[in-house]
Amino acid sequence: MIKTRIVAAIVAGCVTQAASAEEIGDPVAGEKVFKECAKCHQVGPDAVNRVGPVLNDVFGRQAGTVEDFTRYSKGIVRMGVDGLHWDIEHLDTYLENPKSLVSGTRMSFRGLKDPQERADVIAYLRTFSASPQNIPEAAPTALPHEVALSPEVLAIVGDPEYGEYLSAECNTCHQADGEDEGIPSITGWPDEDFVVAMHAYKVKARPHPVMQMMAGRLTDEEIAALAAYYAGLGAE
Amino acid sequence: MTLTRRGFVGAGLAAASLYAPALHAQGGRPKVVVIGGGAGGATVARYLAKDSDGALDVTLIEPTRTYYTCFFSNLYLAGFRTLESIAHTYGKLAADYGINVIHDWAVGVDRDARTVSLAGGATLSYDRLVLSPGIDFVDGAVPGWDVTAQNAMPHAYKAGSQSELLKAQIEAMPEGGLFAMVAPPNPYRCPPGPYERISMVAHKLRAENPTAKILLLDPKESFSKQGVFEEGWSKHYSGMIDRIGPGFGGADVSVDPGAMTVTVDGEVTKVDVCNVIPAMKAGRICEIAGVNDGNWAPVSGHTMQSRIDANVYVLGDATNQGDMPKSGFSANSQAKVAAMAIRSELTGSQLFPAKFTNTCWSLIDADDGVKVGASYEANDEKIASVSSFVSQTGEDAEMRKQNYEESLGWYAGITADMFG
Repeated sequence: MIKTRIVAAIVAGCVTQAASAEEIGDPVAGEKVFKECAKCHQVGPDAVNRVGPVLNDVFGRQAGTVEDFTRYSKGIVRMGVDGLHWDIEHLDTYLENPKSLVSGTRMSFRGLKDPQERADVIAYLRTFSASPQNIPEAAPTALPHEVALSPEVLAIVGDPEYGEYLSAECNTCHQADGEDEGIPSITGWPDEDFVVAMHAYKVKARPHPVMQMMAGRLTDEEIAALAAYYAGLGAE
Repeated sequence: MTLTRRGFVGAGLAAASLYAPALHAQGGRPKVVVIGGGAGGATVARYLAKDSDGALDVTLIEPTRTYYTCFFSNLYLAGFRTLESIAHTYGKLAADYGINVIHDWAVGVDRDARTVSLAGGATLSYDRLVLSPGIDFVDGAVPGWDVTAQNAMPHAYKAGSQSELLKAQIEAMPEGGLFAMVAPPNPYRCPPGPYERISMVAHKLRAENPTAKILLLDPKESFSKQGVFEEGWSKHYSGMIDRIGPGFGGADVSVDPGAMTVTVDGEVTKVDVCNVIPAMKAGRICEIAGVNDGNWAPVSGHTMQSRIDANVYVLGDATNQGDMPKSGFSANSQAKVAAMAIRSELTGSQLFPAKFTNTCWSLIDADDGVKVGASYEANDEKIASVSSFVSQTGEDAEMRKQNYEESLGWYAGITADMFG
């Protein structure tokens, strides 16, 4: 869901042409959401471990490592050793469905299905971790405005015929009929989303080394052409 | 007043369509007065003059003729740099950029009349005022210490004579003597600075007085780059450094500069050198100008414009802007955003979205450099951290050496960016 929000931020940014870091969520609303969590977890200066561990300084912490907390599942300790550290993205996944991230977790919680509620409670929790002003390496407090595309780049009208020619390379992995087993479908994708996503790879704002490499070689015109072609495929 | 982004963008566009000249009532070029010639002030003055092609009348007020950078002043303590190598003057800003450099103290700001008065008696008028005064110390922050005691117990947190004094005191320590530091509470200038200083003092003592000890009294639970500093201290300076955190009295410290003692949680210890770094606040002129809220000056992250007066911009350590640490790099980064915003207002040039970065390098031992950095974007509330990185424990020597070399390049770069 955070990805969706980021894309929304990019598009909004393009229209107004003013980059603006996006808030994680609303910490005030998050405090209300946290009441559900507070049955097991505490935060704040007087917080102590209860059924669940204290959530102060959770950002950047290796999973399963709160000192003096003895009720961790083997699963979460193992995930921590494997490298799971709590950040916005992983907290979001965990809060949506704890078992999706940690098999055998003792956090018997049905999950927060509403993306906004998750964003708000994560924003609330963020206020109990270190401030970047004092510890610059502390976890981010907002979502980056991934790519600032100039209106000129966005306004390029792609040539679908040229796009069809270029698409040969893409179709090796992304099937033109929209099949999305293992590899996401790009068929029928709105062209603005397509352009923004490709530029995000191009500047390495989006991870994935293969896509970074592919997008890195494409000019603005070529990206526009591909976008026009794939958008048109959906219309048929 | 509340300043929104919408307001700023609109103002920029309006200025663009009017194309400026009417803005300055007396006619002639719009006047920008900058107070403070450090990483924020020198940079904003230079960028305003350079990019406006003579359209702006830029004045820089800085009391000292020679400016010593705080960054790299710890390296001076350890002998990695000479004092001359961190000294800079303002000649190029005057000669090459046409900036009116005035060496005087600003002692008054009348925001209604838009004037600044100087200790020397002059009064300057401005269309926009930029305050970049750095930090001052909070009175009574460390019981027993005030600036009259800074000769016995130097802070050395404004570089120059204080740095020289601290270095001389370390050199005069008796064999096996005790160096103490009272570290500051958050927020303060240069988050890794006290810990780099501990490293550099240890480096010097290891060579000159290897049985000497270092006592670090720290009111904070944790600090920047803690993992790599502590790893480095046990690797390079094993047994020399003792850090007392708040759990053991690090937040309950008083000093007696006459007796040269520190009292920690009621226990009195005799020390040979005592480096007191008290709690900090915005440089005094911010208070005088009335742009503070508490100890710091709140600003809009989009432009660095004061939230109290739209004709005043504040930069660097003195500000409360959000997530950026108080550092020279941050001030330099903020100065460029402010210069762009001021030019947009006064000359109608284009206003682009604000983007900021910061990186802090620290030296732990010869060729053992570490770094921390982040990038930032503005929203209506603050400047927000959107990504960060930090050196990791266990990195190989080659990478650490490269970090140090990178920091030398950065020093050359930022000082050229400030002073031309």
